[in-house]
Amino acid sequence: MTEYLLLRHRNRGEENIADLDTYLSLGGFEAYERVVTTMTPQEVIDIVKASGLRGRGGAGFPTGVKWSFLSDRFPRYVVANSDESEPGTFKDREIMEQNPFQFLEGLMICAYAAQAEVAYNYCRGEFWELTQVLESKVRQLNDRGLLGRRIFDTDYSLQINHHLGAGAYICGEESALLESIEGKLGQPRLKPPFPADRGLYQLPTVVNNTETLTNVPLIISRGPEWYKSIGTEKSCGPKIMCLSGHAKHPGNYETPLGITFRELIFDLAGGIRDDKALKAIMPSGASAPFLPASDEVLDTPLTYEDIPKIGSQLGSASIILLDETVDISWAALKTMKFFEHESCGKCTPCREGTYWMYHLLGRINSDKAEQADVDLLGEVAQQVVGKCLCPLGDFATSAVFSGIELFQQDFNLHIATAVNGKDDSNTK
Amino acid sequence: MTESILVNIDDKEVAVPKGTLVVDAAKRVDNDIPVFCYHPKLDPVGMCRMCLVEVGTPLRDKETGEMMFEENGQPTINWMPNLQTACTMVVSDGMCIRTTTSQVTRARKDVVEFLLTSHPLDCPVCDKGGECPLQNLTMSHGSSESRFLLEEKMNIEKHVPLGDLIFLDRERCIQCARCTRFQDELVGDSVIGFDERGRSLQIITHSDPGFDSYFSGNTTDICPVGALTTTDFRFGARPWELAHTPSVCPHCPVGCNLHINTRRSGQDGNWSIKRVMPRQNEQVNEIWICDKGRFGHHFVNNSDRLTAPMVRRHGELVETSWDVALGLVSEKLQSSNGSIAGIAGERLSNEDLFAFRNLIQVNEGSVSQWPGLLGGGDLVQKVGVGVDTDLAKLGSDTAILVIASDLSEEAPLWWFKVRQAATKLGASLDKSRAALIVANARETKLDKIAKYCVRYNYGDEVRTILALSHAVSDGNTGIMGSIAANDNDDVIAAAKAISAAKNLIIIYGGEGQSYAASNALAQACSNLLIAKGNVGKKDNGLIPVWTHCNTQGAWDMGVKPAGVSATEFVADADVILLAGADPVGDGEPLPENSFVVVSELFKTKTAISADVVLPAQAFVEREGSYTTGDRRVQRFYPALPCSENVLPDWEIFQRIANEMGVGDVSAGPAAVMRQISLQVPQYRDISYENLAAVEEQWPDIGGEDSYYGGTGFQNTGGLGVQTLSLIESGFSVSPGDVDPIGLATGELLGVPVTVLYDRGSTFVKSEIMNSRISDPYIEINVGDALTHNVTDGDMVSLILNGKERELIARVSNDVPQGAVLIPRSMDGPMLRGVVPVNINTIDHGSKE
Repeated sequence: MTEYLLLRHRNRGEENIADLDTYLSLGGFEAYERVVTTMTPQEVIDIVKASGLRGRGGAGFPTGVKWSFLSDRFPRYVVANSDESEPGTFKDREIMEQNPFQFLEGLMICAYAAQAEVAYNYCRGEFWELTQVLESKVRQLNDRGLLGRRIFDTDYSLQINHHLGAGAYICGEESALLESIEGKLGQPRLKPPFPADRGLYQLPTVVNNTETLTNVPLIISRGPEWYKSIGTEKSCGPKIMCLSGHAKHPGNYETPLGITFRELIFDLAGGIRDDKALKAIMPSGASAPFLPASDEVLDTPLTYEDIPKIGSQLGSASIILLDETVDISWAALKTMKFFEHESCGKCTPCREGTYWMYHLLGRINSDKAEQADVDLLGEVAQQVVGKCLCPLGDFATSAVFSGIELFQQDFNLHIATAVNGKDDSNTK
Repeated sequence: MTESILVNIDDKEVAVPKGTLVVDAAKRVDNDIPVFCYHPKLDPVGMCRMCLVEVGTPLRDKETGEMMFEENGQPTINWMPNLQTACTMVVSDGMCIRTTTSQVTRARKDVVEFLLTSHPLDCPVCDKGGECPLQNLTMSHGSSESRFLLEEKMNIEKHVPLGDLIFLDRERCIQCARCTRFQDELVGDSVIGFDERGRSLQIITHSDPGFDSYFSGNTTDICPVGALTTTDFRFGARPWELAHTPSVCPHCPVGCNLHINTRRSGQDGNWSIKRVMPRQNEQVNEIWICDKGRFGHHFVNNSDRLTAPMVRRHGELVETSWDVALGLVSEKLQSSNGSIAGIAGERLSNEDLFAFRNLIQVNEGSVSQWPGLLGGGDLVQKVGVGVDTDLAKLGSDTAILVIASDLSEEAPLWWFKVRQAATKLGASLDKSRAALIVANARETKLDKIAKYCVRYNYGDEVRTILALSHAVSDGNTGIMGSIAANDNDDVIAAAKAISAAKNLIIIYGGEGQSYAASNALAQACSNLLIAKGNVGKKDNGLIPVWTHCNTQGAWDMGVKPAGVSATEFVADADVILLAGADPVGDGEPLPENSFVVVSELFKTKTAISADVVLPAQAFVEREGSYTTGDRRVQRFYPALPCSENVLPDWEIFQRIANEMGVGDVSAGPAAVMRQISLQVPQYRDISYENLAAVEEQWPDIGGEDSYYGGTGFQNTGGLGVQTLSLIESGFSVSPGDVDPIGLATGELLGVPVTVLYDRGSTFVKSEIMNSRISDPYIEINVGDALTHNVTDGDMVSLILNGKERELIARVSNDVPQGAVLIPRSMDGPMLRGVVPVNINTIDHGSKE
């Protein structure tokens, strides 16, 4: 790609874009001004709908459609989801650190479209230093009259508040995030009602991912047709791919949606560390099934519609590469440790199931399990899936199901060691 | 009535109101969908996942919206891919639900298995064992084998006191949040909550003292496992060993229906009360009781109880036989020539009061109610709240005015129900809220949920009602208000709400009231109700917040307050008969030369100085009936055996009458009630039979399916019968004159207030509650405290009823300037209204 659209600080001449004057000199907040002074909220929603922008937080829901679902009650809120808690995701942090005003402008346009006069940026607790910087950026915007009362001499007023989470994965789930802003324990709410109807403080609320919002100023300034020309028909626009694990050059890669795994891993990221063989891909951090490093997988485009066809999810595109040295049952154990630690405990299958699966995987990995335990692991995962209050419970089973199905030999090795070990002790 | 829709549950058609949840719809056709977190009184949360069912909706043509049909004519059903929680799914027209498929059966088994991975197998020592939802549902849905390794089980604390009253076993907790939701939604005391997450998610308390709520005991009932237990019952008995008796709470005018669990000790053979539980009566206490009712029963088996009749011989009270004692009493009565004064306590049953009044009246003496602090009982008989009113269900067409009452302290369950009406939190199909207007001289807990708050100075209660009435009438004197609201915006706003409401209920209490003042207040309230036409029908009328459980019964039985102190009332009497009354203990001495007869439970100060003392049975040892403040006559039953040497009050008085040849002893309390029904018009339709009648109540509590509503008790002892108000009986009632009240004046005014945890003789003996009962105290405003050199916690002295008292001073912003709040029943002389007081500090900082 010749021009970075989201990671604009990487463009020559735009390195200082985190500085407000620089951002303004590069046309910053022109889209926002145009929106506030010349457009109706509905017109903004229509443009974003037409652009085909889909949520970058993981679910890939069409953003403009989400905005149009707001119930006809006021006040309303918009919330930027900067919790960025999926393992292997580090895109929102770079955006907020290096190109914060484009994100804030997107949030502000979204607020106008939602007719919200209060917006929140919910950041994970570890972002406390970054949040302080962002708060100073917001103060600058207030000083310049871009936020505050009667912006651009219109009737529109807007303030942006920052809220820090306390370190829970589940607060990346939008309803738990809203609970957290309200000062409650971070646990997901029942849906329906959805935030668009009863969100923050039970009022209509839009929750969008940071990266999603960062796309919005571009769509306004360059038009939906231009935006649609990037990516594929159903997955439009640029996407930051967070590549980690055994990549030679891990990091954030901004590409159009629709490049293949192979292009990303081998053309852009230089292949696998130490030129080892790629064994598996975790395309969406801890929450989506492992993919085997087959040609079919490597040639699959990174889009919301293509990855499900091969049995996984694009999610937030937090792609973790596992090379031939990795024992997948170990990777599953680490994944399960994460979910066991992060389960909020609200619903039974996730709370108890992740705890149980973690212990089963622990026993398998320490060569103390039998085949029956591997079978039981699969059954427990089956007991969890589809029965939980929020998607996190289902996520927790992905590594188990796909691990056992695709990399059974890794599990078998542990069982064999356990059996041999036993035999040894019997004979001695 | 809400619109009814048809749903199909396991191929059975069911008609249920729109908005019903699938789990409740199934319950109505006896299809028990198992639940843990769901509770029919709470908002659903869908946490435990036990209630998963298959749900489908009729498929409709996308273009036409028409239903689509199979070849066999049945609607085509679009089954949802995942199982759905029946507790969160609201029924829709034509919805199909399957609860017996292998998928559902499997899901139930799975969830039970998950819950048991962390739950200890300590059923053999668990208080809940035998009435435990988890135990029952494990038997019906669980696996008989464990696939979870015991050594992988998380071991956590098992004896965590959440406060003095409630213990938590963290291993047993299944994180259903019923307890926290009960506190948040229904009580509004958010003093417990979850801490941590995942498998470590656990209940903690964040109040000091721990679990500081008047309703904490209820959480142990709705806890679907043995995680929450009461200090009182903990490890005290097994549920299947307990005998069950329906009863009625004797602590306040609400009349909560109780269930008394007793057990005979294997060691000494004595029966004792092991626990007190709520008994379902949706109109009265639903399935809840306050902690005073739950734990305040220990007076019954207190060692101070009187066990035999006593007469004074040579200056000493000595035990004697009933024949001797009653012979002496009848002799004195006969020779007194009608110079008899009878004082009967408001905690006596209707039967006692009736027999008492008859005995005094045939001897031409006079009777009075004790303590008889409040007036208006006659007005309650006329314009009391309409039959079948359920405070919790009042909606937006109703205004509720509460005046001069801290309802949360005086009648907790009424506070609870008024809160439901004003907030509609919890599970309520009808979310329209009643307009709550709270008028008081100070902020009380009700203010938080009130739509309008009206402040006045103590003494201005009647004037406030008159001003409200004036504003309601829009300045026309058609309504009795003769006092203009002037610029009091709060009064005007409240008046607007009253005018706009179709229904009006006025609840008046006794805060800062004298007998005369509350008479005038009740009259002013009645006048407003009558003038606005809010009388004689459901959801309308007057409710008194009496200080005792059977004050209304006393009024109805013709035992009315004298309006003066006991000392003044008995001044000229040769013989004084007292029952359930301790005027001496409350600073109202009796003349030394009178012959004093006392029927009592305890050796009260009055009993100690009496000439004859007659031991009476406590409410759990006998049958009887109480009448609530909203005129519901309710029957209670004997739960404990009682010594033959101790008699029910009614029998004592009938025996005396019999001894004197002026009456017979009835065959039993039912026969006394028959006499009451013949003589007291409002009670003409009341009999022990119809008091015992029950009908189906919703939600369905008790029985096999304890998981649904918690460990609660089905009402098998009767729902009681509300007496008709005079106006409901067809009499016309017109407004009466409001007698002006002289106001007390002084720099500081002592204001009598009611607190729930008082030092009354029937409560303070429950030792479990002692840490929650304050030492005698007063409350004083910050500014006044400064003026009088009083700091918070000081020991101060003040003269009350001519006697010096020493109490702790609490300094508070909530007390109005010039007022000194003096809680009733705090070991001290009783205040019969607002009195001027002087305060002197005697010890700075004596109380930490």
